[in-house]
Amino acid sequence: MGRRHRDFTGSRLGAPIRVRDVCHRMLTIDQAGDIFVRIKKLSTADEVEVLFSGGRFALTRFANNTIHQNVAEENYAVSVRTVFGGRTARASTNKFDDESLRHVVLASESLAKVQHPDPDLLPMPDSREAGGRADRSVRSAQAPSRHFEQTAAITPEARAEGVKTIVGAAERHKLTTAGVYSSAESIDGLFNSRGLSRWHTQTSAEVSITMLAADSSGWQKANSPDVASLDPLALAEIAARKARDSARPREIPAGKYTVILEPAAVLDIVGFMFWDYSGMAILDQRSFLTGRIGTKLFGDNITISDDVAHPLHSGSPFDGEGVQRQRVDLVENGIVKRVVYARATAERMKRSQYRNKVGPVEATGHGFALPNEMGEMPLNIVFAAPQDSQTLEQMIASTERGVLVTRLWYIREVEPYEKMLTGMTRDGTFYVENGNVQGGVRNFRFNESLIHMLLNVEAMSAPVRACGEESFDMVVPAMKVREFNFTEVTKF
Amino acid sequence: MKHIANWALDTAALRGARYADGRIVAQRSRALTTKNGKVGSASDAESVGMSVRVIADGAWGFAASAELGRGAVEATAARAVEIARASARVKREDVRLAPEKAVAAEWSTPYKIDPFSVSVEQNIGLLLKIDAELRSVAGITLAETNLNFNREEQWFVSSEGADIHQTKVSTGAGYAAYAFAGNEIQKRSYPNSYGGQWQNKGYELIDELKLVENARRIAEEAVALHQADQCPEGKFDIILDSSQLGLQIHESVGHPIELDRVLGMEANFAGTSFLTLDKLRTLRYGSGLVNVVADARQEHGPGLGTFGFDDEGVPAQCTPIITKGLFTGYLSSRETAHAIGENRSGGTLRAEGWNRLPMIRMTNISLLPGEKPLRLEQLIASTDRGVLMQTNRSWSIDDKRFNFQFGCEIGWEIKKGRRVRMVKNPSYSGITTEFWNSLDAICSSEEWTLWGTPNCGKGQPQQVMGTGHGAAPSRFHGIKVGSAYKSS
Repeated sequence: MGRRHRDFTGSRLGAPIRVRDVCHRMLTIDQAGDIFVRIKKLSTADEVEVLFSGGRFALTRFANNTIHQNVAEENYAVSVRTVFGGRTARASTNKFDDESLRHVVLASESLAKVQHPDPDLLPMPDSREAGGRADRSVRSAQAPSRHFEQTAAITPEARAEGVKTIVGAAERHKLTTAGVYSSAESIDGLFNSRGLSRWHTQTSAEVSITMLAADSSGWQKANSPDVASLDPLALAEIAARKARDSARPREIPAGKYTVILEPAAVLDIVGFMFWDYSGMAILDQRSFLTGRIGTKLFGDNITISDDVAHPLHSGSPFDGEGVQRQRVDLVENGIVKRVVYARATAERMKRSQYRNKVGPVEATGHGFALPNEMGEMPLNIVFAAPQDSQTLEQMIASTERGVLVTRLWYIREVEPYEKMLTGMTRDGTFYVENGNVQGGVRNFRFNESLIHMLLNVEAMSAPVRACGEESFDMVVPAMKVREFNFTEVTKF
Repeated sequence: MKHIANWALDTAALRGARYADGRIVAQRSRALTTKNGKVGSASDAESVGMSVRVIADGAWGFAASAELGRGAVEATAARAVEIARASARVKREDVRLAPEKAVAAEWSTPYKIDPFSVSVEQNIGLLLKIDAELRSVAGITLAETNLNFNREEQWFVSSEGADIHQTKVSTGAGYAAYAFAGNEIQKRSYPNSYGGQWQNKGYELIDELKLVENARRIAEEAVALHQADQCPEGKFDIILDSSQLGLQIHESVGHPIELDRVLGMEANFAGTSFLTLDKLRTLRYGSGLVNVVADARQEHGPGLGTFGFDDEGVPAQCTPIITKGLFTGYLSSRETAHAIGENRSGGTLRAEGWNRLPMIRMTNISLLPGEKPLRLEQLIASTDRGVLMQTNRSWSIDDKRFNFQFGCEIGWEIKKGRRVRMVKNPSYSGITTEFWNSLDAICSSEEWTLWGTPNCGKGQPQQVMGTGHGAAPSRFHGIKVGSAYKSS
């Protein structure tokens, strides 16, 4: 079963492909603007907001050293929010003909009109409040371009050649490989009846590789808006080395160990706390930060910010209402400083019992598309570089007895206020003794508090862009953590 | 719509595909939620499009587009063939499909009340009434409710002559009450956690669930958990309620029997399976009381895994998965059936929507009820020492589906056949086959419920699918309890 799915409309959208014999053009801001004008004419609402999302997406999937799935899609969706006297609702469609637009406007209005007025609903932001640019030709100045023509131009043949390189590495090492090579070109757009227009285009490419041996495996994954920064062969070689080096894993008993978590493993686990860095989560009393903002929760060496403009990040520079995402310092030297806010959440917080206990309260440009129950969330996490960063090799060399973890898997929250999480190690778990990797070990189940973990970080590497399967992409370091709690061992 | 799909088949054939199928899908959904006395979200969504799946040069290609004009459909089909030819650059052998008789058929979910015909006012009124009941209990700090309706109409055609029009309707509803006090957040959900109960039914499901009638009890339990003792740690007999057992089946039976996982096709993401091919008809999966089927037929019930035909035109079937404890079957497709010596697919290939490739998915993976009459209270009365655990709170299992750990929202300690006290934070863990072999009692059909899991994730790009799981409360002997909270 997957995790609970939440709607990221307007803040993070996938999508992607260009194939040589089909020269479709991406939806442009001008075309979107025309659709918005048609929608606005069809609506009788006090206010209208239209989100655009979609693009081209293609993914080549391989297993058993062969391509077994290979897909491409192109799709655009328009999502209409209408407001009548404090009542709002949303409807969406992927058809842009007159009848479909009339229908989607009617659906949105019908849903909105039957509700009770919400006193917390704010007027839609104009371009001044949103901090954006009404000029459609100008990209956000604060975030670097995340659209690369070379990525947009990737063909099925190019992906197949990339896979052939990976399979070649597997065969040289007498291993079996499975993974993906994907490419995407996508748009996010927002227009509202107060004159705000926002538009973001980006590309992305991703390579994920698992190398399988008889009783062991290794894994690597990387993604970037710029395909030129990916090296499938290098990733394949590292994954192969991990599979080879962890062969014939031995069982060591569960217990508390010093662990060295590679960046993907750090990302996997810390991602579970960022839903709580939300003003709405504080107001709902579902955040582990309730009553803890301003306190020293983590070690001195933990400093975390959210920064969409960071050069290693991707994603649109505006939130679900079109508000510019601001850089926000969430944690400084272990002290939780503040959380992020959508516009309405900030106003509610200013009137709440918590207003003097939660640090700065202002809209930060992290809201989800309205209406929603979750409010907001930081999605561009950056861990600050430590003063004395160490390489992974240095961390291993200084470890008397510990476990090196490549990635984590199936992480779930066991207890929400102490942020107790459970999950498994996977695809490359090694025993470290006397400063050396001593071979593979059977995978562990952990039950560990994130608070406890971030109090016990002994060393960190320089932060890198990391991606995994349990959390969204972040800029995080590798970490050496003492007393990490493994509670069980599995059979492999 | 059939003529549109045929444009794709014609183009694929012209471009050299030896097999092609096309699916045009129109999806409609409505989601309504409330939170603490207000509407949380109200949204409608529609999505229409078409996909083309082909085999050319012995390899697969797939392309999808929302554009249904002739030129766009033909371009999509051409793109699928081009992608297949690219796939063929890295192949070891040609794709083989198990034979399937092509049929022309109509099928739709039986339902009494179209959920989209019920007014939004009535739905919001119901949710706010539940919300008020939940928040009338002192100590409740957050109340959330939800209603979800889905309709999916699909036209499937293939180059072999299949022509299938199928419409599925599903309904979901549920709520949760949270109580935050001191340093603890406790939660109770009804009828199940993470969205409640979901079935392939119309609005009639809502009345059957008795949502309002149970709201106050659920809220009171959430608050009472703060005063309850921590669930003891150790090895005990445990009784799982049917919803928790449904998820246990999903994770420790449903996923490992997916033949694509077994064959390594999911190794990079969802993982593989401990059920290697040598285990078929040789592995003692569970005790002799354990009988599990994968049943997509309507006669099994209105599960989220119920349909007339899968997404490559294979009729719904019932496959025995575990028979008197012996492992007897996998979930298969036309491409994978030959790997287990079958000459026909088990009919389990499904896609999330028009823009996704169909893949092996659970249908309704159900533990059959005990044959002898046994109610839950009788099962408790026959238990000397144990813990009854209800409603999932957390779930995790390794990537081969051996080691699992589940947490539940509420537990009840049992001593000498009586529930003696409520306990908080119950959890249990184990190894899949050891666990199922420890099953020593299953309640009978009066206690059996076909649960819906609406959010099963699998595949790259990830697809979310609904699955069904029938279960009656059951008892497991000597299970490890409480290691999740042992120490940190």
